[in-house]
Amino acid sequence: MAKPMERISARLRATRDLTPDVRLFEIEPDRPLVNVTPGSHIDVLVPTDGRPQLRSYSLLGPYTDGLYRIAVKRLASSRGGSAGMWRLKVGERLTIFEPRNSFELSYGRPDYLLLAGGIGITPIYAMALALNQANANFRLLYAAHSRRDLALADELTTYVGERLQLFVGEEGQRIDIGSEIAQLDTRGELYVCGPFGMLETAKQLWSQAGRPTAHLRYETFGNTGGFADAPFKIRIPRLSLEIDVPAHRSMLEALEDAGVDMIFGCRRGECGLCVLPILEASAEVDHRDVFFSGEERAMNSKVCTCVSRAASGCVTIDTPDRTPDQRHSSKVS
Amino acid sequence: MNAPKPFPLNAWYATAWSHEIARELSARTICGKNVVLYRRLDGAVAALEDACWHRLLPLSLGHLKGDDVRCGYHGLVFNSAGRCSYMPAQKTINPSACVRAYPVAERHRLVWLWPGDPALADPAKIPDFHWNDGKQWVGEGGTFYQLKCDYRLVIDNLMDLTHETYVHAGSIGDEAITAAPFEVTHTGNTATMTRWMIDIEPPPFWGRQLARPGRVDRWQIVTFQAPSVVVGDVGVALTHTGAPQGDRSQGVSGAFLAAISPETETTCHYFWNFVRNYRKDDAQLTSELQRAHVYGGAGVYDQDHRVLEAQQAAIANNPRSPFYDLNIDAGALWARRLIDRMLADEQAPVSANVAAE
Repeated sequence: MAKPMERISARLRATRDLTPDVRLFEIEPDRPLVNVTPGSHIDVLVPTDGRPQLRSYSLLGPYTDGLYRIAVKRLASSRGGSAGMWRLKVGERLTIFEPRNSFELSYGRPDYLLLAGGIGITPIYAMALALNQANANFRLLYAAHSRRDLALADELTTYVGERLQLFVGEEGQRIDIGSEIAQLDTRGELYVCGPFGMLETAKQLWSQAGRPTAHLRYETFGNTGGFADAPFKIRIPRLSLEIDVPAHRSMLEALEDAGVDMIFGCRRGECGLCVLPILEASAEVDHRDVFFSGEERAMNSKVCTCVSRAASGCVTIDTPDRTPDQRHSSKVS
Repeated sequence: MNAPKPFPLNAWYATAWSHEIARELSARTICGKNVVLYRRLDGAVAALEDACWHRLLPLSLGHLKGDDVRCGYHGLVFNSAGRCSYMPAQKTINPSACVRAYPVAERHRLVWLWPGDPALADPAKIPDFHWNDGKQWVGEGGTFYQLKCDYRLVIDNLMDLTHETYVHAGSIGDEAITAAPFEVTHTGNTATMTRWMIDIEPPPFWGRQLARPGRVDRWQIVTFQAPSVVVGDVGVALTHTGAPQGDRSQGVSGAFLAAISPETETTCHYFWNFVRNYRKDDAQLTSELQRAHVYGGAGVYDQDHRVLEAQQAAIANNPRSPFYDLNIDAGALWARRLIDRMLADEQAPVSANVAAE
């Protein structure tokens, strides 16, 4: 039921490499930006080899000069989005969509813990600046694999000083999320953006600490999981279909490409509308959604097709299509 | 792009009397934002966007459950910070599910709400309305909810009291008002209209309040606090007893209080009170004064109510550029200038953060 998004044409005004594989893009919309709050993202229609693909990127604050700033990491296992972004030249025209916020920052809490892993710093960066300006009580813990991967660390040090603590994985530094949660005021909120494992750990420790679920805030675009993106096959016996899912397409997109009637909502693994039953899986299913509970995920009986995928091999699934005498007309590979 | 609204959002607006917000859900619209208000178990007031995240049913049609609100349609639950804490028929909660929580604060027997950027909501910016506290000054006011006029028409009305002569003849109206000179001053966020009427016959209302024979000096010192609060220091004292120089001991002082909150572009909620610092324990006088202002259409504010709604209807029917200004409108024009300045500041790019990159 989401409202249709409004397209905005824009121009790539400048780029700057923040790390060897994180690039800052300054996007100038043709009409002035409105209503941008910390945690907001924009969707960008990213040109790729095939058809343009829609990708969501968090906006970096501060939002004072009418430009949208995003930071994009070039991923080896890219679904096409990051490579497409990195090929863009300054001055090129782009289609973007108006900012939305599904990772809203609450003001007025007594204490905040911000947790960022790698490129997950992008929404957290805007939040840290906003909380700093509001004189809020907060700490920002920011982890990356190597020191040079810590994009925006210098800017953050300048703005928030000692509220920032950096962790470098290859130097053996780890965030002790459990003890950090224990130190947080009981009425405090935790905001997490980082790799799937970091979020999973945070969710588990938060729940073990008996903290209210509503005070753990996170956002997911479902673009990372336990395995790298790889091609695999879907079989749907009911429709006599076998569909190839390329590395850069989601299961849902591949099903739609093949003409399978699908319903969906958020397309980022939250709402559960695109869920289908798994009949059989030859390889591990990489559940990247936040709709299923840990228990439900362990049962492996259903899959959230917008974000989850198989590590390889083939997944056999069913659809709710009960049209009599169905022999699917589209191409069977 | 929508035309800019005539009200700043980054401001505190009176939204309810404190006694009106209890352990039940109350709906209000402030600056076009639908809000549901209630009192938490710890006594603090909470204000949420009055639309369920899921299907937009007003949450005010749901139920209060502890400190949380349960939607009356599918049972989603939101806590007082607007976070969803329950979803039906699933084991998890969509992380993006929330409704807006508005900053609210209680002060001066009113609940004030900040409809704009919550990062900027500083309780120190709540207008000075201490006359309404019920301590040094006493009085029982009320609210014209959903008054059918642009809130600025009420401000115009209060910043120029020459209208008393014509709208409120027989009570507080008097030809002396139109005859006396006035002075208008302003600061960065206030405008003040001062008028002294020296050595006049007291108008009927003030004659009764003073209850002493003789001619009087009458004052009206009306201060606007941007964007929508007006406080009028009014009264009379026996003439030649030094009131203009600051000695009001031979007189009676009152204050009319107005917090006017835009509901939409053409409707507003007018929170009013008339307070006094004499005969403070006289409950009968308190209710007489309340009835003098609002009483089934016969009070002085009932008279304003009719004029204001008729004026708004005329504006809507008349495409001619709103209206002409006279010298008497100086106070109102300064008030509007201060509102316009707040609006212009808000048109600048939205910024939760000031630091430049």
